[in-house]
Amino acid sequence: MVGEVFPPDETLPAGSSAGLLATVAGFVAELRSAGIPVSLTENLDAVEALRHVPLGDRDAVKYAMAATMVKADAHWKVFETVFDVYFAYRGEQYRLGHEPEDDEEAQLVSGLLGVPEGDAGGGMEALSAEQLAEMLYRALRDGDRALLAAIARAAVARYAGMEPGRPVGGTYYLYRTLRQLDLEALLGRLLDAEGGVGEGGDLDERLVREEYESRIDALRKQVEAEIRRRLVADRGAEAVARTVRRPLPEDIEFMHATREEMVALRRAIAPLTRKLAVRLARKRRRGRRGPLDFRATVRESLSAGGVPIEPVFKPPRPSKPEIMVVADISGSVAAFARFTLQLVYSLGSQFSRVRAWAFIDGIDEVTDYLKGADDIGAAIHRINTEADVIWVDGHSDYGHALEAFWDRWGRQVEGRTTVLLLGDARNNYHASGAWVLAELARRARHVYWLDPEPRSYWDTGDSIIGHYAPHCDGVYECRNLKQLERFVEQLG
Amino acid sequence: MTDPAPRFASPAEVRRALREVDYLADDGIAGVVFLAERLGKPVLVEGPAGTGKTQLAKSVAEMTGARLIRLQCYEGLDESKALYEWNYKKQLLRIQAQRVAEDGGAGGWGDVEEDIFSEPFLLTRPLLEAIRAEDPVVLLVDEVDRVEVETEALLLEVLSDYQVSIPELGTVAARQVPLVFLTSNNTRELSEALKRRCLFLHIDYPELEREREIVSVRVPGIAEDLAEQVVRIVRSIRALDLKKAPSVSETLDWARTLLLLGIRHVDTETATGTLHVLLKYQSDIDRAAKELAAPAAR
Repeated sequence: MVGEVFPPDETLPAGSSAGLLATVAGFVAELRSAGIPVSLTENLDAVEALRHVPLGDRDAVKYAMAATMVKADAHWKVFETVFDVYFAYRGEQYRLGHEPEDDEEAQLVSGLLGVPEGDAGGGMEALSAEQLAEMLYRALRDGDRALLAAIARAAVARYAGMEPGRPVGGTYYLYRTLRQLDLEALLGRLLDAEGGVGEGGDLDERLVREEYESRIDALRKQVEAEIRRRLVADRGAEAVARTVRRPLPEDIEFMHATREEMVALRRAIAPLTRKLAVRLARKRRRGRRGPLDFRATVRESLSAGGVPIEPVFKPPRPSKPEIMVVADISGSVAAFARFTLQLVYSLGSQFSRVRAWAFIDGIDEVTDYLKGADDIGAAIHRINTEADVIWVDGHSDYGHALEAFWDRWGRQVEGRTTVLLLGDARNNYHASGAWVLAELARRARHVYWLDPEPRSYWDTGDSIIGHYAPHCDGVYECRNLKQLERFVEQLG
Repeated sequence: MTDPAPRFASPAEVRRALREVDYLADDGIAGVVFLAERLGKPVLVEGPAGTGKTQLAKSVAEMTGARLIRLQCYEGLDESKALYEWNYKKQLLRIQAQRVAEDGGAGGWGDVEEDIFSEPFLLTRPLLEAIRAEDPVVLLVDEVDRVEVETEALLLEVLSDYQVSIPELGTVAARQVPLVFLTSNNTRELSEALKRRCLFLHIDYPELEREREIVSVRVPGIAEDLAEQVVRIVRSIRALDLKKAPSVSETLDWARTLLLLGIRHVDTETATGTLHVLLKYQSDIDRAAKELAAPAAR
């Protein structure tokens, strides 16, 4: 199969054809609605770049567009999906129900089966389910990519049961296809076959297993791509693009993240903390000067014949805030608390001291659990099981938690302390205990409240953020990493 | 500014040429280098440390037979280190010489001024040098994310118009468009203006096959089997949740180590014994050792 984005006869004149411009413009619009910012100049650059690459070469076109329009690594995956959908294989031979009768494919089939079973010209269509499974086994064993791609196509045609116009999402078809292929059993079979050959050692076994897993993963992606292609053929690129649209990692909402999105979030947080730490350190160093460094000034003046033209100053002593984080870790906001704690802790060197408390309706200090824990997940698990955060029934009670905090630790809040409260302020109609915040605000340097709920939900139902807000120096909506990042930066 | 005939007909050709200088590019890398040459645009290369960002610029220079001019960025880098500086010591000497001559009674201040702000008194720094070069050059601006946002603006004029304005001399325009590579470790977000002017290239850890090729090309004498095993183990380690995943250069170091130790086949013991070549944090080493020693089932 040749991957042509544009019809092959369309060569590009110096002025660029109108058709190409319109196609690129549509693609740019799609990228923008997926959240990737593409400026006008970048759009022009892309058109300019396309004049230099062969339009028949799908990969070349893709990389040319990516290089000119996608300027962040985190956007690459979204770009790739949009590209696959928008420039899905078009043309008569890719219509639904009209399977490509590929000579090459037929040859592959007859070659692999050894004996040409009937007429090999029928390609994959003519195979029985057992034969297809056998071929899949061999393809995985040998790591034959071309064959895997062919099998993915055949499997989708056979098992997905796609019908034109049926309003079902791609995941449904994916599930149906993969269930029939039974990849788990295949993996087991592959490993069994390998078991006899290997000269022992857990390491070898692990490596072999991982190799097969990666091949199976490749197959899964092929199947996914094939399903997407067929969906596009059925419904048109624009409609499919809307359904496969996924938020960028920095826009994922903490409170509604799926498991897959959680993984993406977790992966995004490490580079984010690195970036933030550098920025905070820089911010602290810049703009302010320490006292005059006499020795260095004299040394510097020697190059100007003893005239101190440029005074040298000592670097300033950094004043680092002390942070106290008080986090609601009840079910609804647990994910948000987790990411905020992780972010604040990995920035530990930027603050003179970080202490943390967790509460549901009871409250407990959790600083020690988090200290020195490389794996924040394990630390959170320990907090949930060991810390004394439940008082009566395990439903959020901000009033009681805040009062307990004031009684036991209130006196340790002092002028250099910044208090961070994390939670949605959904208090299950208990007393608010807002007076504690008023007291805290008087003692501490700053009191901030971070709420993971959209601003429009505040003070609806049992949310009583309005009771607390007057006592805080700021109440911030923190629904995603982008907002969290913005807040932490101004904290330093 | 002259526009020489394009050096490469297609991305595939770039890829072949890079291969000849022992740099194994994938389609993305070759495509971007090809476009950079055609469009005359700088390339912003981003990615984890040790994946060959700087090496790409070096290899492209070698491939095209150009001179590599390198500007290493750091915090506090300013105009006088990046663009140009007046050689004030020489200027002082010139003024003093003038004074001596004046005792004889000749010339005025105007002559001196015109004289001391002329090219002989100019110290060119990497950016200006790249622009004034007569011979083909590749300019490498390394770790551009380390400079402040204000200094970044300094780069903009150079990168978009290939010219430098010197108040006393006027504008110096490039005699030819140099290939420019900027690398970034992504410790901060670069400004939109800079990104917009560049082609963007993200270099990630390579695919298994490519990494194996890199190992066999860069570590001469390594057996096919061992190379395969090395890259598989590295992939396995990269999948773990580590502070710092092993980079390509560390993979190469490890392969060389194994070769020197005369190891033909890596078993659990050799792997855990030499992990410190691959990983640089003790907690990472412990973790990987534990994982590799554990039975395969996950």
